[in-house]
Amino acid sequence: MLELIVISTLNGVLFGMLLFLMASGLTVIFSMLGVLNFAHASFYMLGAFFGFQISRWVGFWPALIIAPLLAGAIGAAVERFGLRRVHKNGHVAELLFTFGLAFAIEEIVQIIWGKSPVDFRVPPALDFPAFTIFSTNYPAFKMFMLVVSIVIFIGLLVVLKRTRIGLIVQAALTHPHMVGHLGHNVGRIFMLVFGVGTALAAVAGVIAGPALVTQSNMAGLLGPILFVVVVVGGLGSLPGAFLASLLIGLLQTFAVSMNGSLAGAFGPLSPDYAATWLSDIWNVTIAQIAPIMPYLLLVLVLMFRPMGLLGTRDT
Amino acid sequence: MSDLATSVAPPLPAAADKIKFYGIWLAVIVALLVLPRVFTSGGSLTTFSLIGISIIFALSYNILLGQTGMLSFGHAVYYGLGGFLAIHAINIVVRNKLAIPLPLIPLIGGVTGLLFAALLGWVSTRRSGTAFAMISLGLAELVASSALILRTFFGGEAGVSANRTKVYRLFDWSFGPQTQIYYLVAAWTLLAIVAMYALTRTPLGRMCNAVRDNPERVQFVGYDPHIIRYLAFCFSGFFAGIAGALAAINFEIANSAYLGAVQSGTVLFATYIGGIGFFIGPIVGAIFVTILSLGLSDLTPVWQLYFGLIFIAVVMYAPGGLTGLLMMHRPLIRAGTLTRVLPSYAVAFVPTLAMITGLMLAIETVVHFTVNPGDDSHIKSFGIPFDAASPYIWTIAALLIVGGFVLARKSWTRVAHAWDEALGSAREKGFAA
Repeated sequence: MLELIVISTLNGVLFGMLLFLMASGLTVIFSMLGVLNFAHASFYMLGAFFGFQISRWVGFWPALIIAPLLAGAIGAAVERFGLRRVHKNGHVAELLFTFGLAFAIEEIVQIIWGKSPVDFRVPPALDFPAFTIFSTNYPAFKMFMLVVSIVIFIGLLVVLKRTRIGLIVQAALTHPHMVGHLGHNVGRIFMLVFGVGTALAAVAGVIAGPALVTQSNMAGLLGPILFVVVVVGGLGSLPGAFLASLLIGLLQTFAVSMNGSLAGAFGPLSPDYAATWLSDIWNVTIAQIAPIMPYLLLVLVLMFRPMGLLGTRDT
Repeated sequence: MSDLATSVAPPLPAAADKIKFYGIWLAVIVALLVLPRVFTSGGSLTTFSLIGISIIFALSYNILLGQTGMLSFGHAVYYGLGGFLAIHAINIVVRNKLAIPLPLIPLIGGVTGLLFAALLGWVSTRRSGTAFAMISLGLAELVASSALILRTFFGGEAGVSANRTKVYRLFDWSFGPQTQIYYLVAAWTLLAIVAMYALTRTPLGRMCNAVRDNPERVQFVGYDPHIIRYLAFCFSGFFAGIAGALAAINFEIANSAYLGAVQSGTVLFATYIGGIGFFIGPIVGAIFVTILSLGLSDLTPVWQLYFGLIFIAVVMYAPGGLTGLLMMHRPLIRAGTLTRVLPSYAVAFVPTLAMITGLMLAIETVVHFTVNPGDDSHIKSFGIPFDAASPYIWTIAALLIVGGFVLARKSWTRVAHAWDEALGSAREKGFAA
């Protein structure tokens, strides 16, 4: 039991930090530009596939740097030549633009790398068990993922709290128009923030690629969870996104490792109901409903706190 | 008091307007009746049925997006649940030999859509804008994933099937042949179009528009935007359920794809490409997108990419959709200044077409080398054979894209100037605001 708790906590924090790597970019972009980037998970996927391709050519470590830069450059270009054009047509058009973009990116990735998973391996330098707790080997690569996401998290915190550009971004979180009135080049800041945000998502993609499955549907699988994170945390709230990321990360990993079901708790259902839909609910295990946990959480939060956990803005 | 009321009431429509109004509906009925006589093949009847279903679905979606300003990413939930309930209803009717004829089954789908919209809508319509969009996405994922868990009801991956010909027969219609299904779909499409058009003319329909444009002011007037959004959501779920039930009857099967994100995305594409600003927009979009997806999938393996690119192009360059583009020209036609724009259109058309051709050539070439790299390089796409390995093709593609782009930019600037001039003179004549 203790083993399960320790391992699941580690995995949960890891998944949560990965989610936050993406959710942070998404939140800052949303706060500044007012548009929820539907294609954010697609940049995560692009990061994973770029990382895979570049690590084949020059190795994993250069890929860890180059792939996010590349994805960030694409992100900046999308903002400069796409979103800025659409901006005058309102937020719905912007959201739809990123929706179409997500669709197109998935198609392009499918054309180039195919529909089946690619063989993105853990680099040999990190392919060993880091430590053993209760007879379970914990892979070093997962520790590396955790370290990278924590380092970036601290880096983000320092940039946001201690630098001039961080000051402007922070100001834009709450008073986006005032920042423009103060004479900052808002267009360039937007492009920069969009580029950095998508690059962060791509970093998450490169480090998650070898550990999870690198496949053309990974954006479609993760995207909705990402949006749940930002809505549950409160749209536009960075601390809220952090809290919700960890919450959903832990919730999902703990659910996956649990085997309980109603049948397990209250005994098997009487045979009369065996063929009805009630038996599905009765026999389903917690592990099986793990994928829908975030959405259940979403519904609960919306019922009792429509603004999100730490949200203040009504959009 | 009564004085005021009479002066506020709108004037009764003139006879000519009445004839025009009812004439359009009459023309639609005649067209629906005549269509299967003109195009008799089974394939075209299936296409017409699919178009009818997607018209209802797209119009129901536009109650949300166009009329009330709610962008939903999960509208297929109500479509799919309507479809599932319809299939189960058919099975129950067949098993118990109930006297319910097939034409009434879509109503069961509609009521299902209404019930689930009433259930899920209360939570999701509390927020509008971006939050609503994300919530609709989350709820859609919730329902779609639950459908895979509740296997006995949703039939798992395979889905649930039924036999529509075994249902209680009225007037000896078996609903086996596609013609009879076509007439069923056509009748329901007409009913749904009339009902949804009527809905836009009711006070509720007007308040929906008000909520879309200025929810704060709606509150000051004394309405609750949440309630209005909720009502619109319920109506929309009802018609989506009808569309889903018709689809289930047409295919005689309902599976989890009905509920999925692809279905939600398709209806969004159809509605937006058609144009959300006019009632007829989603109808145009549904026809266009259905024909396009059926036609393109025969021509190229990567038709979904083209689909996505068309959607992005519409969002970027024609936010009013196809109908918006056409309606833009109405004041010019009335003022008779359209002829001033047409020459510049003709000039802009050539480089734009060149650029699109170049892009398509490049995409098809890249697709050849990535999707089936080992095959013969002499490929055929859109019915035109060419050699994907030849450097000439690559050069031509690059030239077309770059040259077309540069020239298209210049020529579209000229179009904009001509447009301003034509609209300016239309304004002088009093035909445009």
